[in-house]
Amino acid sequence: MAGRRILVQLAHPVLERSRVNRRLAEAAREVEGVTLNDLYERYPSLRIDVRREQRLLAEHDVIVFQHPFYWYSVPALLKEWQDLVLEHGWAYGAKGHHLDGKVTLNAVSTGGPKEAYQPEGYNRFTMRQLLSPWEATARLCRMRFLAPFVVHGALGFETAEQVAPQVHDYRRLLEALRDDAVDLERAAAAQLLNAPLDAVLEAKEVSA
Amino acid sequence: MSDSVLFQALVYLAAAVLCVPIARRLGLGSVLGYLIAGVLIGPHVLKLVGHGAHVMHFAEFGVVMMLFLVGLELKPSLLWELRKPIFGLGGLQVLGTAAAVAGAALAFGVDWRLAVAVGLVAAMSSTAIVLQSLGEKGLLKTAGGQASFAVLLFQDLAVIPILAVFPLLAVGAVTAPAAEGSSRPGWLQALFVFGAVGLIVLAGRFVVRPLFRLLAETRLREVFTAFALLLVVAIASLMVTVGLSPALGTFLAGVVLADSEYRHELESDIEPFKGLLLGLFFISVGAEIDFHLLVERPLLVAGLLVGVLALKAGVMYGIARGFGLDRPGRWLTALGLAQVGEFAFVLINVGEQQRVWGAEVSRPLVAVVALSMLVTPALFVLLERVVLPRVSGGGAARPHDAVAHDDAAVVMAGFGRVGQVVGRMLRMAGHPVTVLDLDPAMVDLLRRLGQSVYYGDASRLDLLVAAGCARAKLFVLAIDDPEKSVEVAELVRRHFPNLPILARARNRGHYYRLRRVGVAGIFRETLGTSLELGEAALRQLGSRAHTAHRVALRWREHDEAALEDMARFTGEDQSVWLAEAKKALENFERAMRDELTGVSTGEKDPGWDNETLRAEVKGRAAPPTTTDQAS
Repeated sequence: MAGRRILVQLAHPVLERSRVNRRLAEAAREVEGVTLNDLYERYPSLRIDVRREQRLLAEHDVIVFQHPFYWYSVPALLKEWQDLVLEHGWAYGAKGHHLDGKVTLNAVSTGGPKEAYQPEGYNRFTMRQLLSPWEATARLCRMRFLAPFVVHGALGFETAEQVAPQVHDYRRLLEALRDDAVDLERAAAAQLLNAPLDAVLEAKEVSA
Repeated sequence: MSDSVLFQALVYLAAAVLCVPIARRLGLGSVLGYLIAGVLIGPHVLKLVGHGAHVMHFAEFGVVMMLFLVGLELKPSLLWELRKPIFGLGGLQVLGTAAAVAGAALAFGVDWRLAVAVGLVAAMSSTAIVLQSLGEKGLLKTAGGQASFAVLLFQDLAVIPILAVFPLLAVGAVTAPAAEGSSRPGWLQALFVFGAVGLIVLAGRFVVRPLFRLLAETRLREVFTAFALLLVVAIASLMVTVGLSPALGTFLAGVVLADSEYRHELESDIEPFKGLLLGLFFISVGAEIDFHLLVERPLLVAGLLVGVLALKAGVMYGIARGFGLDRPGRWLTALGLAQVGEFAFVLINVGEQQRVWGAEVSRPLVAVVALSMLVTPALFVLLERVVLPRVSGGGAARPHDAVAHDDAAVVMAGFGRVGQVVGRMLRMAGHPVTVLDLDPAMVDLLRRLGQSVYYGDASRLDLLVAAGCARAKLFVLAIDDPEKSVEVAELVRRHFPNLPILARARNRGHYYRLRRVGVAGIFRETLGTSLELGEAALRQLGSRAHTAHRVALRWREHDEAALEDMARFTGEDQSVWLAEAKKALENFERAMRDELTGVSTGEKDPGWDNETLRAEVKGRAAPPTTTDQAS
């Protein structure tokens, strides 16, 4: 079996200045079986080709939304993408079944540290809580929503070496998703995919 | 040894390769380079080649091909546009010069028929030298350059009636042995002229074009080239058979084919042969100059030369003034067109065959004509360095700027309305740009504003090399003249195949031509403005700004798709193209109407539209989980 096909929907308005997302995207591009869809590169005037996007979604089994965390949400183009591409009658609703059963997750970089995204941290809410609109979206479209893969503290990174461990983890995660080596139950229940990454991957390997 | 073809080729090519670049480096132009090369290898200096007669015969083909190309350029529409300068300026120049020279000859007691014939010969100027020199010096677009072009065009046209008239001017007393094909009485010869002309026109209309189509379908480029050459050679042979100038025939064929769809292919196929053979022609003219005559009767030759030049320049200056040309223009036409041109050789040749004159007349004529061509580059230098700086406010004639050999990432041709925006944008983003432009006033202004812009013709390979095309990362083609633009695009594609080109296109025709050359990024210059204006109009009529903007964006997408789609049919018959264009237009309009009006066509963006969602909700008793999409 060829493995699961992964679509990485990259949304970063100034990728050339990015510290984390650019390197994550480069890693993703190199993983076999991954289609990298660079949304700001494809739609510089924010005019989305809805039919093309729907075709891409239909052709893949795992949808990863990779983006920086802007005001506790996604960059504007990805919101527009959500509004236009996930049509009633196509993605959800009585007759909308094109996304049924697909796996989805957000791969996010945040400026703040991990501790900030806790009930007692200065951001008050956890990443999963802040991403609940995406979880709700996934549910409405009958997709399996996994915990997010998060790179915290992106503002502190300067060199490629500093990001290397996260880039390595991201690559492993994508490969595992492709090879169906992820324990989806645990991945859906986790707070973040990073921390228990080994557990999530190993558990599946043991059970397999 | 010296008879071997290889040795001859060696001598001619070596002479050309040595002399032409030197002459150009000295600012004398390539034509003078060829002429000097001819003099050097000729029977009077190095004696490497004998009298150039047999080579000349071969090299005359360069003139023949040049006329074919001139004919190809001569679309009826262009003729109509330039009708006033062509027939006014040109007509007066030919008649005035012929009359003045003939009058002078009469005053020296020459037979009137001979005088008229010599006058007509003297009226001709050198299309090859003048156009090449004007082009090299960037003077073609000036008022004087345009006037010169018009006059030359008329001269090209006038050759036809002159050739027809020549037999009637034959001096009966001369009893030279009859040349081949000219043993017919004058009226019969005239009949032959019209018969041959008619044949060429008819064949060009009804035989050649279908043949071209057939050959084009084979997609074998060399066969196409071979046929183009065959066509020229065949017409030339026909003309020789009936005792006419081959140049005349091919010129006509060119005019007949000027509006055919294969014009540009023909041009590019014949062009290199023309260049080479024309060079050979000038070399043989140089070799042909009879220095014995110069030594024997220097005063006669010098007198004739100065007399002809002065008469021609005087007549032209007067006419140019009468037509209201500016002072630089008057001097340009007067000095530029003062020489007697290559047509004269053809006419002298024909005159000899038609027994208008014998060798005792034709030899000094050839010498004077060749010398007049020889001094032309000197006249141009005089014009450029001495006359023009005095009579013009400066800038009318200037040499190309020396481009500093900088390694700019971007080379840009054309710095007008489009180029300026693009160039400044790139510079602001930190990419150095080397700009070539041909508008002297603009270049000066921009340089005073601190922009590094060079005055230069981007259709010259040496300038492109100097501008750094070999190392540049991008070539921006922002020239507004489509002809020039395509020419530059072809040049860049040929010599720098790895240099990406982004080009401005004036219209769809220009777009397709650039596309055929292989330019990948082509931008129609009015599209963006039209879309913005249309968007503003929709807003004025009540559309929301965002909707109007999206309509404009979608219009662009449809339009670009349709443009690419129609590219498949550009080579087709007019009728096929029209049918496809109509179909594409209908599809396009339907799609755009849907965009604006159709709620349920699925062509708009249903993500923002809750029609189907409302229908689904109404159809159920209890609100389902899918109602949280607010309206």
